[in-house]
Amino acid sequence: MALTIHGLTAHEMHDKLKNKELSATEATKSVLDRISKTESRVKAYLTLLSEEALKKAEQVDKRLAAGEDLRPLEGIPMALKDNMCTEGIKTTCASKILHNFIPPYNATVAEKLEKAGAVLVGKLNMDEFAMGSSNENSSFYPVHNPWDLERAPGGSSGGSAAAVASDGAIYTLGSDTGGSVRQPASFCGVVGLKPTYGRVSRYGLIAYASSLDQIGPVTKDVRDCAWVLGAIAGHDEKDSTSANVPVSDYSHALNKDIKGMKVGIPKEYFAEGLDEEVKAKILEAVKKLEDLGAVCEEMSLPHTEYALPAFYLLAPAEASSNLARYDGVRYGYRDKNAEDLITMYKQTRSQGFGPELKRRIMLGTYALSSGYYDAYYLKALKVRTLVKQDFDQAFERYDVIVAPTAPTVAFRLGEKADDPLSMYLSDLFTIPVNLAGLPAISIPCGLSQGMPVGLQIIGKPFDEAALLQVAYNFEQNTPHHKLKPQLEVE
Amino acid sequence: MSNQWETVIGLEVHTELKTKSKIFCACSTEFGGEPNTHVCPVCLGMPGTLPVANKKVVDFAIKAGLALNCEIKEFNKFDRKNYYYPDLPKGYQISQFDLPVCGQGHLDIEVNGQTKRIGITRIHMEDDAGKLNHEGEVIAQAESSLVDYNRAGVPLLEIVSEPDMRSPEEAAAYLEKVKAILQYTEVSDCKMQEGSLRCDANISIRPLSATKLGTRTELKNMNSFKALQKALEYEVERHIELVEDGGTVVQETRSWDESKGMTVSLRSKEEAHDYRYFPDPDLVPLVIDEKWIESIRNSLPELPDERKQRLINDYDLPKYDAEIITSSKDLADYFDHCLDHFRDAKKISNWIMGELLRLLNVNDKEVADCPVAPKELGELLHLIEKGTISGKVAKQVFEEMFASGKNAKQIVKEKGLEQISDTGELEKIIEEIIAANPDPVSDYKSGKGQAIGFLVGQVMKASKGKANPQMVKKMLSDKLG
Repeated sequence: MALTIHGLTAHEMHDKLKNKELSATEATKSVLDRISKTESRVKAYLTLLSEEALKKAEQVDKRLAAGEDLRPLEGIPMALKDNMCTEGIKTTCASKILHNFIPPYNATVAEKLEKAGAVLVGKLNMDEFAMGSSNENSSFYPVHNPWDLERAPGGSSGGSAAAVASDGAIYTLGSDTGGSVRQPASFCGVVGLKPTYGRVSRYGLIAYASSLDQIGPVTKDVRDCAWVLGAIAGHDEKDSTSANVPVSDYSHALNKDIKGMKVGIPKEYFAEGLDEEVKAKILEAVKKLEDLGAVCEEMSLPHTEYALPAFYLLAPAEASSNLARYDGVRYGYRDKNAEDLITMYKQTRSQGFGPELKRRIMLGTYALSSGYYDAYYLKALKVRTLVKQDFDQAFERYDVIVAPTAPTVAFRLGEKADDPLSMYLSDLFTIPVNLAGLPAISIPCGLSQGMPVGLQIIGKPFDEAALLQVAYNFEQNTPHHKLKPQLEVE
Repeated sequence: MSNQWETVIGLEVHTELKTKSKIFCACSTEFGGEPNTHVCPVCLGMPGTLPVANKKVVDFAIKAGLALNCEIKEFNKFDRKNYYYPDLPKGYQISQFDLPVCGQGHLDIEVNGQTKRIGITRIHMEDDAGKLNHEGEVIAQAESSLVDYNRAGVPLLEIVSEPDMRSPEEAAAYLEKVKAILQYTEVSDCKMQEGSLRCDANISIRPLSATKLGTRTELKNMNSFKALQKALEYEVERHIELVEDGGTVVQETRSWDESKGMTVSLRSKEEAHDYRYFPDPDLVPLVIDEKWIESIRNSLPELPDERKQRLINDYDLPKYDAEIITSSKDLADYFDHCLDHFRDAKKISNWIMGELLRLLNVNDKEVADCPVAPKELGELLHLIEKGTISGKVAKQVFEEMFASGKNAKQIVKEKGLEQISDTGELEKIIEEIIAANPDPVSDYKSGKGQAIGFLVGQVMKASKGKANPQMVKKMLSDKLG
């Protein structure tokens, strides 16, 4: 296959920009061109910013022509999930209720990347307010998996993963509340990282569940992931929950081998519900890690089975409150026919929110109601502590934990749309990590039925470096990340 | 019979803190700006924005807590109080539910010369809401409403008392004392008319000997001390009437209607909100260590009770005077400043409690806006002491000072109010009076000493009050001796 510009990784593109083999304008044009050829089928984007992107690329080229140093992500075309606020650019959360919302401020990640010279080509499709596992909950249109257009790209960051998999962006950012970066990365055969809670500022990320939400990179390979994480990580005084912990040199971590590293294999993640072929791929990957010198050992995270029910109380509880501000009073959609306040509230929210949001708002409102709080919300908080303790104890003995990212490969669009419970189960292996606030990465580890399988590596708090180290060693010794979907070009 | 009943009152006082910026963003807290000019994405609750707690607010909360003898909680947190209203940008208020910044405390009030201790249950921090302006006379007839979010995010403290008050007077005294303490510590302006001090009351009655509390009602919308007292008095009567007629009090929230002079039902217990409190995941718990508390303790100013004691000890002021003078920091400061210009504390106190407070009250003015500066009052008192004017004339002069802002000397000069102490001039008047009043003169001469009073009065009258009464009396008795 002939090498294409849009097919490059960020670090490859950086080298070419640096060597003047390529200009930022050419890079941006190539990606925009690619989008124009694939977008009608992939539907990864909600807003395209072609003109703005070319303008930014031109500025980068001028800077370079003036002899200035090229910064790592400068001039690289990228895109943001549409729940990250971008000043003067529509930010919809893929919801009718914010269909016309233009923030007068930037999310901290958008600000950081903008300052790093990134070229924003568009805003990405997602499940409405990041609630969903298939991207079918977008108020506008679902995203299609580039590997098989009949299948879901995963969710909620389906647009973020599908865009990278189809070369419609060199890298993207997604957000992960219960697996929303890792599960779509797994389904689309790309790299997706959920950093430690507090590693990346949430300022300007439209909240789903504030104690679980975390922004993370979706990239074509592990090195890119290290670069992007380095660019967005760090303490932010605008986010009280962002941690004042120094940011490591993540690229440096890639140079280390994994000889003697202790890897835990949690048996609860290989139980009922895990597809046999997926299981085989994961065990193959474990074998590979052993070949590379890691010491892998079966272990237990005993409270795993309670994580999912606890999550579906805590996340909706927070969401029910986070979504209260969408009331039609100040911005976004409003039912104009309502003649009094209460009717305006009811109509606006009934018409503005999709069915999955309403389901979660009701779940959460119920869980927080007087008389039910102790039995549901408080109990779920206790489970959360137990799940975290499982990991704390495990990390006394292991450097990382390795497991499948999702129980299956990408399912068909429509397959689970009417069965919320089975949909929720696709996040079975990603949710515990959010409850514990830990970092985890999903990397490609082969195909099953022609669809990508994701390997999940879970690490200690703020030890993203270890995840990247293991992931990079695996990637560099396997061919999986080089596989690309054979997307017919118009 | 209403005297068989005991009234039980507890108050929830909300006070706006006078920090420069809001509780969770950097916007100004200034009162009275053009609508929606002191706002930003954070206090407007726009998508994706996050609150960051203002340390100054915590400082002020600790300060108020220490001044109210409260326990400062080392570990406290913010919670969300969820409800919908257009003035509430986030759809929830950020407050403190089960772990507030201050726990139990108390303050002492004086009612009818008796000191009484009122318990404080807790103090917590929260953000204020915006303000609705209804386009119409009353909300029900309003065509539309406009929202001003300048106030949204202004820091509030809520101070909750124990149900320790037994009369509307005690409740008013408690609120006065809370106000005084908040002003002394300079954490709030406590301007009820600007809404920086607001108060809700819980009230119930029970038979005198009972220990169990009766069913309470919650009263809202009392916008002045007078309104608080009137609303409570009304509500006590209403409860007693209800119960004595064989009925029962219904637990509900009622609103004081100032124009009708009555309370009206707002919502029943069943209609009460379920606020679904839960810890705000956007804010980390607050940990207040001993060092922090100590640094605030060291910055505490003299509080009303200490100041009162100081006035009693240092200036021999009667307890009653000291209580009134120290009831507001501004008044106590006024008193102290007067002392820089005049030595006699009791005389100053008499003038403050008499003329000054009377005129402030009549003109609906605060001490801070008093047109007569302490220095001017001091000079007026000097004029009296030197005998330049009489005490009676001084009262007229003071009124004139209050109205015109001119100083005492100016007024006395312009109006020719100096006392006549010139013996020659007085001699003339006295001669005339003696001549015109032969009967009292002979009374006095025959031993009826009190007749001299009448004669002095006549001289004063003839001099239009300007004669020096002591001199007149002396000259008269010498003459008639």
